[in-house]
Amino acid sequence: MRLRTIQLILWALALAASLAYGLLIWWPENQKTTAETQFTARFELTDHQGITRTQADFTGRWMLVFFGFSNCPDVCPTTLAEVAAVMDGLGPDAAEVAPLFISIDPERDTPEALAEYVPLFGAGITGLTGTTQQIEQTGQGFHIFYEKIEEAAAPGGYTMGHSSQLFLFDPSAVYAKSWQYGTPAEEILADLKEQMEQW
Amino acid sequence: MKTCYFRPLALCAVLLLTATPGFAGAEDVRVTDPWARASIGVNRPGAAYLTLHNTGQDDVTLTGVTTPLALRPEIHLTSTNAEGISSMRRAGDITIAAGESVSLEPGGLHTMLMQLQTPMQEGESFPLTFEFSDGGTVTADVPVLGLAARGPLE
Ligand SMILES: [Cu+2]
Repeated sequence: MRLRTIQLILWALALAASLAYGLLIWWPENQKTTAETQFTARFELTDHQGITRTQADFTGRWMLVFFGFSNCPDVCPTTLAEVAAVMDGLGPDAAEVAPLFISIDPERDTPEALAEYVPLFGAGITGLTGTTQQIEQTGQGFHIFYEKIEEAAAPGGYTMGHSSQLFLFDPSAVYAKSWQYGTPAEEILADLKEQMEQW
Repeated sequence: MKTCYFRPLALCAVLLLTATPGFAGAEDVRVTDPWARASIGVNRPGAAYLTLHNTGQDDVTLTGVTTPLALRPEIHLTSTNAEGISSMRRAGDITIAAGESVSLEPGGLHTMLMQLQTPMQEGESFPLTFEFSDGGTVTADVPVLGLAARGPLE
């Protein structure tokens, strides 16, 4: 009787050890998937009309999200022009997609500043900004990076470096895909249509 | 030409029209596909794009750019790293080998137009003068397209 108990304990220990080992191997991989590819868009910001917006205002629609700043003369208008071409290319399906421009330059990009900017792309882009802290939190939530770079001749004496991918979130606000800066609108449009069909 | 922006605009325009001849290298440089996006007022920097072709037998080195449109025009290079972070910096001198060309295009080189003197309005155009190390200059007339333009007009 006593021997049998010891045997059982040993078997239980062996089982526990192999489970722990299995978990150890499986865990980091799984963590990575959760952190990097399964994240949900989360923000509370002010749009270019001065209205508070969260991801909940856009769920039910796909979100095309680009981070930038309105003093950016090259990368940002180039990407927003591609986004505008994508929205055009969607035709009636454009109603199911919300293009968002989130400023990483809250100092210069007030809601009023964004109101002068995003409507000019004519694609129904919502401009979003906030306090320095709100933008910091949003940036962390989206795993993006931005920094000030000194540029004496630019307004305020600086320009920005920033993550320049275009992000896609599905209608439940879960990360779906991103495109590197410079991806042509035609390619983005084809990918997006495919995702929308599969949904 | 560097001091151009300290002078009245009219004098500046005269200089633009007369400053070119006599230099073997720079005068072989041709410009194609110039374009720029409209600006929002004068408070945000603009950018201009085009391609410079060196049709001559000698290498040429681009050292600077001037325009009556902006007090601080500079050639910039945008680069995007492996993490997808884009930033821009001054490009420095750019050598164009004989027979080669250099494109200023979105995401690469651009003429950054800082401290605009007048808004860049769709349908208008402005002169942009490139300065080369041999003292020669080349001036292009750059048409301003809409803010959502994706490239030069065909
Ligand atoms: Cu620049």
